[in-house]
Amino acid sequence: MTFLKRGVPLGIAFLMGVLMAFQYYVPHEHSKAFLELMTRWDKIIAGFAVFIGAYSLFHLHYTRIKRRAAGWGYSFFVFVGAFVTIAFGLYNGGEAFWHDKKEGTMFDWIYMNIQVPAGATIFSILAFFMASAAYRTFRARTVESTVLLVAAIIVMLGRVPVGALISQYIPVAADWIMGVPNLAAKRGILLGVSLGAIATSIKIIFGVERQYLGGGD
Amino acid sequence: MRLPLLLLSTLLTVLSCNPCNHGALAQGLELILPEGFKAFDTPNDSGETISLTWKVSPSESTDIDYIIYLSPSTDGPWQEAVRFRSDTHYKSDAPELFGFRKKLRNSHFLRIEPRRYFPGKENKKAVYYFKLAMARGEEVVPQGEVVSARAKGNWFDLSKLNNLIIMVSFSGIVLFFIAHARRFPHLFVRRISGLDAVDEALGRATEMGRPALFVHGLTGMGSISTMAAVNILGRIARKVAEYDTILKVVNNDPIVLSVSQEVVKESYLEAGRPDAYNQDNVVLVASEQFPYVVAVGGIMTRERTAANFFVGFFYAESLILAETGAATGAIQVAATDSYTQLPFFITTCDYTLMGEELYAASAYLSREPMLLGSLRAQDLGKAIIILVLFFGTILASFGIEFITQVFRAF
Repeated sequence: MTFLKRGVPLGIAFLMGVLMAFQYYVPHEHSKAFLELMTRWDKIIAGFAVFIGAYSLFHLHYTRIKRRAAGWGYSFFVFVGAFVTIAFGLYNGGEAFWHDKKEGTMFDWIYMNIQVPAGATIFSILAFFMASAAYRTFRARTVESTVLLVAAIIVMLGRVPVGALISQYIPVAADWIMGVPNLAAKRGILLGVSLGAIATSIKIIFGVERQYLGGGD
Repeated sequence: MRLPLLLLSTLLTVLSCNPCNHGALAQGLELILPEGFKAFDTPNDSGETISLTWKVSPSESTDIDYIIYLSPSTDGPWQEAVRFRSDTHYKSDAPELFGFRKKLRNSHFLRIEPRRYFPGKENKKAVYYFKLAMARGEEVVPQGEVVSARAKGNWFDLSKLNNLIIMVSFSGIVLFFIAHARRFPHLFVRRISGLDAVDEALGRATEMGRPALFVHGLTGMGSISTMAAVNILGRIARKVAEYDTILKVVNNDPIVLSVSQEVVKESYLEAGRPDAYNQDNVVLVASEQFPYVVAVGGIMTRERTAANFFVGFFYAESLILAETGAATGAIQVAATDSYTQLPFFITTCDYTLMGEELYAASAYLSREPMLLGSLRAQDLGKAIIILVLFFGTILASFGIEFITQVFRAF
């Protein structure tokens, strides 16, 4: 049982990890075909996993309605939204769903006129969150926060026309901050991330890190 | 008197020589055809292309073109494949094949996909024939020499050799330190305050009788940051089970959901609390970015989560999530390798694990010597990079580009 639960997944992780790592160095068409095959497998698995996701979502909201949990009324909208969208998706503008997707159907209308504007609305809220976060952070309590505050003011002014009107040096200073200290810090983080990612990959490939299988050892 | 007249007549002659007249003069010159026309299979490719090289000709200028003719047989029919300006396409444009020598500007180089010119007749073993010609407007002067080559797939991309050496070396260092840590388990690891805060956050959630929330990033299971996030989730879930509090895990990817459910379940089992595991606490709330934000924000505000963990790779949603959490008064710990979102997490979260700390977190929380060994390897890797950067900067300052070329990625 341990072999099936641990040995087989670890063996698959090792084999696929090594193959996929070396695939990057092999330009041959067989290597490309292998990569395409793996990508296709990934898509097929993801396709089946959608059912698990849908089950999880519907079960959660069904339970919320059943238990009359706080805000359970919103859970109805999940079912209504899902039912209407799926129905129009299957209807496919009069042609059945097993044909190619038809353009300009009610399904598209729902996406373009409900999903997209709703997403854009949430995205636009980001501006207000940014202002409130900036207000909280940019208080010169310490040396570090003062440096952050000054740098932020220069960069913000340097990115708008009024900055150049105040002084021609502000856009130059803003470009220097973005191109030198900011870029250096970014590259430092990226180097660390790359080393961390390789180390984590090695640990997973060689079965040292097994947490993703569930449980520690 | 004669001298000024002579100067004036010379000046008038010079002024009358405009570019059109130059072109007219050039029309009269005979084109000197290039030498050393060669065709060969392009190295380091999948077998799609053939490379052509030839030496530069003294006749080259902006109004002179090269034409490459292509045929599947030595007798033709010949088809014009490419026409380009004669002062372009040099060997120096392809350092992955020819290196960085200065002399490479003395030869032309062109990569051509011959099968593209014969649709429906693609034969992988076919030999293709090439002819070169120089052209000035409508005037075409063929070089006469016919060269041939067959495109073959290669089993190793030599241009990525530097990458392979670095990868194998660093992997060797990681494995060495893992083995070393097995023999000498008492390794010193510097404190990471964000990870020390995990206990504090969970303790607070337990005392307040409110749930802790684990928020996955937007990337799927194919992303290494999600793998790291799942590893951290397992450690946190075990502590949650021991503390007997509630852990809610939200996902946006069905595969990550399945893995997370399994990881949390196993962690509860390990902690001896399988009964405390509730599948409805590890859920997929939405698969799109902004519906995910709304759903997670709703959970934070409705359930007043006491501790929020944002772990994985985030995009624009990071600030909305973290700011909503901050508004509810939750203690927040973020861990991400998404450097564009780091400023948002730093400003809104109590603790932020930056970049590589995300990958170190699982080892740090578990305290397993073998996992901690890899952290040593990462530190050594960083030390080597710092040394290379230091010497590379000095050499580059003196015009020696050697290190830059060695580490160039293709």
